[in-house]
Amino acid sequence: MIYLILILFLLVLIIGSAIYAVVQRDLLYAVIATGVISLVLTAVFYILQAPDVALTEAAIGVALTTIIFIITIRNTVRYESDNDKKNKIKKL
Amino acid sequence: MIYIIYIALGFMILGLFFASFRFIKGPTAGDRMVALDTLTTILVAGLVVLAYIFQRFIYLDVALVYAVLGFIGVIVIARYLEGAL
Amino acid sequence: MNTAYDIIGAILILIGSIFLFLGGLGIFRMPDVYNRLQAGTKATTLGGMSTILGIGFLMVEDYWGWLVKAIIIVIFIAFSNPISSHALARAMYKRKHYPLIMSKDENMDAYREVADKNQNKEETI
Repeated sequence: MIYLILILFLLVLIIGSAIYAVVQRDLLYAVIATGVISLVLTAVFYILQAPDVALTEAAIGVALTTIIFIITIRNTVRYESDNDKKNKIKKL
Repeated sequence: MIYIIYIALGFMILGLFFASFRFIKGPTAGDRMVALDTLTTILVAGLVVLAYIFQRFIYLDVALVYAVLGFIGVIVIARYLEGAL
Repeated sequence: MNTAYDIIGAILILIGSIFLFLGGLGIFRMPDVYNRLQAGTKATTLGGMSTILGIGFLMVEDYWGWLVKAIIIVIFIAFSNPISSHALARAMYKRKHYPLIMSKDENMDAYREVADKNQNKEETI
């Protein structure tokens, strides 16, 4: 029973963080949400008896992805522009 | 296998719930980073408890790697907020 | 489960999990980013170290490697957690996001004026 609650909570947290990262207009918050996704995905791989995949996900998803995205934000802009024609999602 | 492990897992799920709520609600970037740091430490302890439940010695390596690499993302984002990256 | 190692491990795991829960609750209830940093880092450090040492004491009779690897994880947590906490507090202070003052003491008036003036000036954090 406790496994069912744990896995359901982790999957709901992954889906919520993914929706938050897509909808958010501030790109720094989207990068932090991506870090939460890879953090929780490590625990899900671990519960499903795949520790080698969890090891790779922990090494790449936490360190490498965050550093590359932060360097990209440093060299470009932090906020997504409001008057872009291709953005159909309303601002939260 | 003793039953106090399941009580510990219940407390950890409650802690994860409150920390993730602060991650959604927090007004500044610092609050979200504090929430990410707290989630990292609670999940490292949870991985060790799950390694005891599965009775596998080799599963502790994942928690070891996560404890080593978990703070690099927080330091990079903090240096970006400070303006010194 | 009658040996001394099991009793020590069970007590350590119970104390550690309660401190992990209190860290999560404190990060939800506190009013400022510095208070959240205190609750989320110090209580969580104690809880994580206690829980991992408890697991090491529970399995030390089967194989002694559990306790050694638990001590290594505890050493890495003790190094990495204050480093990230210090970096976050320094970054928030460098961006002129000063601590919230709730006391009525009149000795704090000068500091409160500086904090309020700088807090209204910045647009986003």
